[in-house]
Amino acid sequence: MADSFSLSLKELARRNKSLAPGHRACAGCPFPAVVRMTLSASDYPVVVANATGCMEVTTSIFPFGAWPVPWIHNAFENAAATISGVEAAYKALVRKGVVPADKKIKFIAFGGDGGTYDIGLQSLSGAAERGHNFLYILYDNEGYMNTGIQRSSSTPYGASTTTSPAGKVLHGKLQHKKPIVDIMAAHGIPYAAQASVSHWNDYVKKVRKALSIEGPTFIAVYSPCVPGWGYPENKSIEVAKIAVESGFWPLYEVENGYYKINYRPRNPVPIEEFLKSQARFAHLLNYPEAIEELKRFIQERWKFLEFMEKRREIDGVTENV
Amino acid sequence: MSETLKVKQALTGNEAFAFAMKQINPDVVAAYPITPATEIVQIFSKYVADGEVDTEFVAVESEHSAMSACIGAATAGARVMTGTSSQGLALMHEVLYIASALRLPIVLAEVNRALSAPINIHCDHSDTMGSRDSGWIQIYCENANEGYHSLIQAVKIAETINLPVMVTLDGFIISHGMEVVETLETDVVRQYLGKRKPLYNVLDYENPIMVGPLDLTDYYFEHKRQQIEAMKKAKDVIEEVITDYNKRFGFDFPVFAEAYRMEDAEYAILSMSSAAGTMKEAVDVMREKGEKVGLVRLKVFRPFPYEVLQEFFKNVKAIGVMDRSDSVSTMGGPVFNEVRSALYDLDTRPRIMNFVFGLGGRDFPLSDALYIVNRVKELKEGKTLDFVEYVGVRE
Repeated sequence: MADSFSLSLKELARRNKSLAPGHRACAGCPFPAVVRMTLSASDYPVVVANATGCMEVTTSIFPFGAWPVPWIHNAFENAAATISGVEAAYKALVRKGVVPADKKIKFIAFGGDGGTYDIGLQSLSGAAERGHNFLYILYDNEGYMNTGIQRSSSTPYGASTTTSPAGKVLHGKLQHKKPIVDIMAAHGIPYAAQASVSHWNDYVKKVRKALSIEGPTFIAVYSPCVPGWGYPENKSIEVAKIAVESGFWPLYEVENGYYKINYRPRNPVPIEEFLKSQARFAHLLNYPEAIEELKRFIQERWKFLEFMEKRREIDGVTENV
Repeated sequence: MSETLKVKQALTGNEAFAFAMKQINPDVVAAYPITPATEIVQIFSKYVADGEVDTEFVAVESEHSAMSACIGAATAGARVMTGTSSQGLALMHEVLYIASALRLPIVLAEVNRALSAPINIHCDHSDTMGSRDSGWIQIYCENANEGYHSLIQAVKIAETINLPVMVTLDGFIISHGMEVVETLETDVVRQYLGKRKPLYNVLDYENPIMVGPLDLTDYYFEHKRQQIEAMKKAKDVIEEVITDYNKRFGFDFPVFAEAYRMEDAEYAILSMSSAAGTMKEAVDVMREKGEKVGLVRLKVFRPFPYEVLQEFFKNVKAIGVMDRSDSVSTMGGPVFNEVRSALYDLDTRPRIMNFVFGLGGRDFPLSDALYIVNRVKELKEGKTLDFVEYVGVRE
């Protein structure tokens, strides 16, 4: 518990780097909590780049702004390239003595799943490969929620969206989610992790660890969507928790190539509980073969993660690498 | 002042651009290779590797990211440059608008090249004409020498009015052709430009600002209006900067357009970039025959200097406007449409027609230039002609 990256809830609350009240996120949306936790977790001043999406449009409606830190929005697909530029400028200006060298600033990019898994993947991949010093945080709500709930490559198998609707012959999305954390880890970046807004301590630790590292780091944080998924607005954290407890969204991290599962559900909740909690899967309960396919996928993912974790044993790696 | 030591060097257009960039020593350059502009950043990255500049060079994975990174760096207060061409500029298209609307003084060394399809690597102006409404200042240079000096002036113009500037040279014709370029000394250039004083800075975390927020029906129009006003003011800034530069360093670069043998011209040609050189030759040939013909070389296309053109053309009877791209509107090329619009209010409105030439790098020989002059002469003499002609194409 008491490792160097943990922060007590009390301390987190005391830091209180808040999004200003008055942002227009939907009632019950958990991303404001993601932002608050992230900013409060940081020991450094941060500059934020934000991809186009829910987070951007609801926190920056001119002339109001909800962010307490310097913030830039450029376009949908280029948050990573934009923060690359900010970070490059910082390096150049420190070298030229324009910005004092002791002024340690950290750079964070926030993107939704469209801006990360799909249209933004190229710029994210490029920025990671070039080794810029930044933390990219994906808040994954599994669809293009800002434009009215369309499918993305992050939408889970079977989910009904407006462009993968459940109909007479199709039962929602036909493909599984992309393994974005593994894709990012495969770049050889020093740190990539999967977290959930429901497990605040795990998330805060991951943010703090990522910010302590020089070089590109990546965190995918599960962030349910009230209108997109169809559940009561007081249930966001609960739904996120069921995703973790059912094994659908494992919490794990990849540090210098070494995988580590951070949390193993003691009494796994059946995936049906997760499906039942949201309207987007309502139709799926009539398709037992689709549920079987989802279960198979989840099992495969766990098998993969457990296999990858074994590398630690083989190499005799215990804790931090 | 004008006795500043100048050095004559034999340089290609790309080398001239790269050399100017070295002397400017920008804080950040983010770029992606594209023919025929590749050499610019290739040469520049060698300057970086040899420590001749202390620029942070970001070798991005696409032109979209190049411009995106430039925008990020410029919001952090850096002096920022890039170089591109053709498909690269087209890929930047979305973010070009963001750079200008955020009032970022990014400077782009552009080498003109045709757009696909069919894929073609040679010169025409369809790339930059495609971004003519993106809010960037556009300067079209006749040769490498003008390209070199314009790039330096562009930094001053951009940072004075806080708008981005692209300076263009014709692909291969100028980018790869070697000329004598009269360069300034590096110290002189650096002293002339000084340090950038940004309007705002996202690295100033003690005074946090939000850049690029959502602007709905209640503010977007006002913000666009301000941007348009800045572009209007850019005309004064361009004039001041180029006039001052000429005085300071002893040059006579034209500001918005160059008038060639226009004093008593009865009819005239309007041309841009390298083709103006050939056209000047054609004008000389015709002048020797006693023809009263002149040439106006349009140098600044954005902001569009319509007042200057009205002044140049108020006494001519016929004009031929040359376009090295077509707008596929069935109404001729973009330059033609803007020039014709600019001259509509003249009391003695000249007859005017369009010559689209040189697409995809098609050679533009003196014979074609003379053909154009002769056609405009016929127009002056009252002959009825189609208002758009395609010169040098097999039909």
